[in-house]
Amino acid sequence: MAKILADKRIETKHGRSRPVAKRHMPWGTWALTLNAIFVYTFLYVPIIVLVLFSFNAAKVGAQWQGFTLQWYNELFADARLGDALWTSLKIAGLSTIIATTIGTLAALALEKRGWRGRKAFDTGLYLPVIIPDVVMAVSLLGFFTLAFRQFQALLGLNLAMGLWTVIISHVAFNISFVTVVVGTSLANFDRRLEEAAADLGATPWQTFWKIKFPLIGPGVLGGALLSFTLSLDDFVVTFFTRGPGVNTLTTEVYGRIKKSISPEINAISSLMLLGSTILVLTSLWMQRRRQA
Amino acid sequence: MYNARTEQRRAWLQASPALIWLGFFFLAPLVLILIYSFQGRADDGTVLWNWSLANYQKLFADGAFWRTLWLSTWIALVVTAITLVVSYPLAFFMATRSPKRRGLLVLAVMIPFWTNFLVRIYAWKVLLGNNGVVNRFLDQFDLGPLQMINNPSAVIMALIYGELPYMILPLYAALERFDWVQLEAARDLGAGRFQTFWHVLLPQTLPGITAGSILVFVPTVGTFAVSDILGGTSVNMVGNTLSLQFGSASNWAYGSAISMIFMLLLLGAILLYFKATREVNDGENPG
Repeated sequence: MAKILADKRIETKHGRSRPVAKRHMPWGTWALTLNAIFVYTFLYVPIIVLVLFSFNAAKVGAQWQGFTLQWYNELFADARLGDALWTSLKIAGLSTIIATTIGTLAALALEKRGWRGRKAFDTGLYLPVIIPDVVMAVSLLGFFTLAFRQFQALLGLNLAMGLWTVIISHVAFNISFVTVVVGTSLANFDRRLEEAAADLGATPWQTFWKIKFPLIGPGVLGGALLSFTLSLDDFVVTFFTRGPGVNTLTTEVYGRIKKSISPEINAISSLMLLGSTILVLTSLWMQRRRQA
Repeated sequence: MYNARTEQRRAWLQASPALIWLGFFFLAPLVLILIYSFQGRADDGTVLWNWSLANYQKLFADGAFWRTLWLSTWIALVVTAITLVVSYPLAFFMATRSPKRRGLLVLAVMIPFWTNFLVRIYAWKVLLGNNGVVNRFLDQFDLGPLQMINNPSAVIMALIYGELPYMILPLYAALERFDWVQLEAARDLGAGRFQTFWHVLLPQTLPGITAGSILVFVPTVGTFAVSDILGGTSVNMVGNTLSLQFGSASNWAYGSAISMIFMLLLLGAILLYFKATREVNDGENPG
């Protein structure tokens, strides 16, 4: 009897695709389904409307006046946007490489137990996640301004804000996110593998690159992807730490959005949406391939 | 092979790039604005080195600032509460589907999540703006135009829209790990639906609720872009005040004092929240 019961339990456990709740309260399932439909509709209606109207021939207003690719053609001819996109990619690429390296090292340090200062380091790493980005942005503006003035006064060095100050700042807010993501994949890493490799005579360097890195690689890639997206997404920190003439996609689009709604901006937005969709699908596809 | 000493040294070595970078470009700037907050403003808008508590005195008497802070807190609380109430049942729904469906449902949340936040704000302007889709639609029936942006509701709507995935994903992660047999066990032992939820499901998904709430509350209370684009001049949040002081008003010292008070209150609130959720949890599972 007990065995039958146990079997039944296991079966339900694996069959959790069939919700336990379903049998007990059908009205609850209804409410859940309705809620889900509502949320997904809410998430997608605004984006779909946006994409539809990027193909609308009407210059002003929201009346449908036929299909056109005119706004996309105008976009591709817009040199300012092209430059802004290139700047964004440079900033996101470089800051991601630096932040991923530093953040992964920090996660490896946190994995080791019992060193002095570990707990403080762990807590401190969460601060950039909790501090609102606008506070970080203005504090960096104050910092760079003062530092450059001191460099000028003491060393006669002429430094100014530019692309590089944006990159430095983006690294500062991305490190913590990378560390958190890599940390979760390290938590699943079996440290006995490392000891085994060491016992078999591998140097720490070999152990890391041959054993550990391939296993935590997906976590590192996940951290890098998050960092890249956060950097591309950022407006506030970029806005306050950029030098004159530095325009990223977000700062460029921000100015245009604030003024008005226009079919060109609908088209840029649709392309950005397409970009993020491709990014999600690619990362999902890579995950699948790894599991297969 | 691995002795404790080399291990300790290696840990420090690995931690040091992060320590140095964050020390220079995160901690030092914060310390700097702490120092700035005790200085004054020169006539040309630069910081005047003159230690005093004047900024804080001014701040505590500044009714406009406290109204701004209250509005920000209120908006962030409303947004967090609504996203939580909507996302929990959704995450429950997602976690109880077949693995294949689950993957699709998560993917459908991920796409808006990875989409640039400006696009997500702009979408609402296209819908609700004075020249937007809804108003053009109303035109056909000689209704409207309705003024739907430049008010707190529009800001709240766009924030809910933008932050929803940040609530859904941690809740889903918590519910996905939940062992559903426990629900049956509780029901078999005679617990009611509400009791089962309150004593079994809720305590075990509390970490997801805590994470989601903080992930939604912090960016919302400190937002600058959403209130700037959809709130116009009528919705003034702390982020807007801060950017004004560091921007066109160029009173960095006063702006620094605002940052300090804002950060202290926010960190205090988060600590209290952590403590409260932990106590609820401890009360639920003593020992």
